[in-house]
Amino acid sequence: MNRQSQATTVPNNNNSWRKELKQQLSGKERTSIPRVKMHEVAPNIRNKSYEEVNKGLTIEEAMLEAKRCLDCPNPGCVKGCPVGIDIPKFIKNIEIGQILDAAKVLKETSALPAVCGRVCPQEKQCEALCIHKKMKKEPVAIGYLERFAADYERESGNISVPEVSKPNNIKIAVAGSGPAGLSFAGDMAKYGYDVTVFEALHEIGGVLKYGIPEFRLPNAVIDVEIETLKKIGVKFVTNCIIGKTISIAQLKEEGYRAIFVASGAGLPNFMGIKGENYNGVMSSNEYLTRINLMGAARDKDSDTNVLSGKVVAVIGGGNTAMDSVRTALRVGAERAMIVYRRSEGEMPARLEEIKHAKEEGVEFLVLHNPIEYIADEKGRVKQMLLQRMELGEPDAAGRRKPIPIEGDVVAVDVDTVVVAIGVSPNPLIPSSVEGLQMSKWHTVVVDEETMQSSIPMIFAGGDIVRGGATVILAMGDGRRAAGAMHQKILKGEI
Amino acid sequence: MNKILKKIEFSSIVTCFVVDAPAVANSCRAGHFVIVRTGEKGERIPLTIANSDKATGSIWLIIQRAGVSTNKLCDLNEGDYITDLVGPLGKSTEVKNFGTVVCACGGVGAAPMLPIAKALKKAGNRIIVILAARNKELIILEDQFREFADEVIVYTDDGSYGTKGLVTNGVEAIIKREKVDKVEAIGPAIMMKFVSLLTKDYNIPTEVSLNTIMVDGTGMCGACRITVDGQTKFVCVDGPEFDGHKVDFDEMLMRQNYKQEAK
Repeated sequence: MNRQSQATTVPNNNNSWRKELKQQLSGKERTSIPRVKMHEVAPNIRNKSYEEVNKGLTIEEAMLEAKRCLDCPNPGCVKGCPVGIDIPKFIKNIEIGQILDAAKVLKETSALPAVCGRVCPQEKQCEALCIHKKMKKEPVAIGYLERFAADYERESGNISVPEVSKPNNIKIAVAGSGPAGLSFAGDMAKYGYDVTVFEALHEIGGVLKYGIPEFRLPNAVIDVEIETLKKIGVKFVTNCIIGKTISIAQLKEEGYRAIFVASGAGLPNFMGIKGENYNGVMSSNEYLTRINLMGAARDKDSDTNVLSGKVVAVIGGGNTAMDSVRTALRVGAERAMIVYRRSEGEMPARLEEIKHAKEEGVEFLVLHNPIEYIADEKGRVKQMLLQRMELGEPDAAGRRKPIPIEGDVVAVDVDTVVVAIGVSPNPLIPSSVEGLQMSKWHTVVVDEETMQSSIPMIFAGGDIVRGGATVILAMGDGRRAAGAMHQKILKGEI
Repeated sequence: MNKILKKIEFSSIVTCFVVDAPAVANSCRAGHFVIVRTGEKGERIPLTIANSDKATGSIWLIIQRAGVSTNKLCDLNEGDYITDLVGPLGKSTEVKNFGTVVCACGGVGAAPMLPIAKALKKAGNRIIVILAARNKELIILEDQFREFADEVIVYTDDGSYGTKGLVTNGVEAIIKREKVDKVEAIGPAIMMKFVSLLTKDYNIPTEVSLNTIMVDGTGMCGACRITVDGQTKFVCVDGPEFDGHKVDFDEMLMRQNYKQEAK
């Protein structure tokens, strides 16, 4: 399941100010403005620091970029957004300098605008459907503008809290505080439910905290958005695992009407090759959790440590691989490399992340696939054997299949290997719920429209339903599940 | 939650905390463990649940001072709070009537063994407990085991208490004396390795409870992975108990070098 949500199409707003604004500049004038460039910290400085790489837009830049938006009567961008943000409305508010109003528009549909503006692959979502693309121009920088509005609001000290319906005293539980859970919780709180989010780790945020590094998504940004959820009444319980600490039966006894399972795909995949259990070979989840969540190698007071050597190889070509390899440079690697079995064109990582990684000095060993790790006498990895690959015919999904070039194996010295070849759904909750229908990929089977599972009171969304996907798709699921659950409760079906 | 209700110093290096943790006490079964974190800069470490009491909503945690994190924890006092505590984690012990079960404990391995031995006794097994350690200081829970076990035997490496000798000497003596249907071994990896090697010679099914390095304890990272029967397993979710005859102990011992090398 990988479709984008059928986001409700927002009818173009016929407010007089929007009409007037539209007439101030011709479409041609608007489209001829060049797309804004994001300010970045210089590569040779940022690769030694956890400071956020992208510095955001100034208000002048944002207002100018906002002018590029044509305020289409039937905006494609909104359809490309999994949570259906009213994009023209927030952008036009930026154009007239009403930034706080723009931020309010974002919050109508998105629980985490400052996060999404930073980590969404806009080039595949909202910006992919921008009208400018049809005219062979660069799309409006919707992601930059979203981030600008959210950051401006946060820094203004004047943070709006979304309007909430009258409390209905119906208790709803959420398993997992990642993007799907937070999005769901925000929407349900707005409908007036008494929402409690249960999180297994000691911090709220899921992959936003343990996975995505500080230089791409500062924790302070996430925490402010979590504060907003608390202000609208969402309760958080950390160190609590539904299915382990507390059973679903107990939740029912405590009066919870329904549960949204958003426990993610936190189970790391390994390749199963020789030497993969040597010291110094670890999953990207372990590497990033130790460094991002626990502060290993970056906070000198942290009790957590990490094996991170001088030569670090990261296996994989997704965003997690880019996060890991760029992190390796920041914790002192002299050489950090990506090892990917296909070519660069097939990499699933965002183009921006690949570009940033290259600028920072990451080496790319494409068309190489590890087949064995070799260790010293103490069991610490010291070398990897890489099989050289070539691309064959496209597979069913249209991707050209990597094929080993027989006999072409190279040995590369390494002292740390981070395996970032994907994750599988975490089995912890599904295995504790009897009768929950699962797919052969260990994902929870749900109705695509309602996100309801085979057990009526249990809904699910995010990576536990999709396998490893994106932050915004998870948020879209949370939003859709909340809408459907609310309707079913109103109708007395749950 | 997580308030230390009682602190009992078993010895200068082994501390027992009775901790307020009602949800964990309510849900836990023999073999389960928790992950705790001490202080905002603390690391997450696994600890087995040595005892639980639903009525008072409390669990026992027994900790041997072995490094920064265990020292920080042992320095806490009654009335203090453990910053974070999550559980119960892992799979619970398979409890049924096997017949005669020898419970071989190495040092603080006696702590996780206590609920397992109790549950096995309740299921009708004859329970012989061997408490073994380097010295008297590290022999713990002897009274608690004597309350229900059919026999409790003590061994110390230096002979400072009980019989002088290793845990394997104790296990072998019993095997030679009577029919043993199952062995449970919990202690340092090296001790579990040698117990498993011994019982393999006698073809006696042996369960070991592995105490590997962990981070999250929920199957998310694979720091705890080991090889069992040629397959990679995650101790935190697939274990902590495994068939001792199938565990690659040499790999497990090698992976424990992590701490010395990491920074």
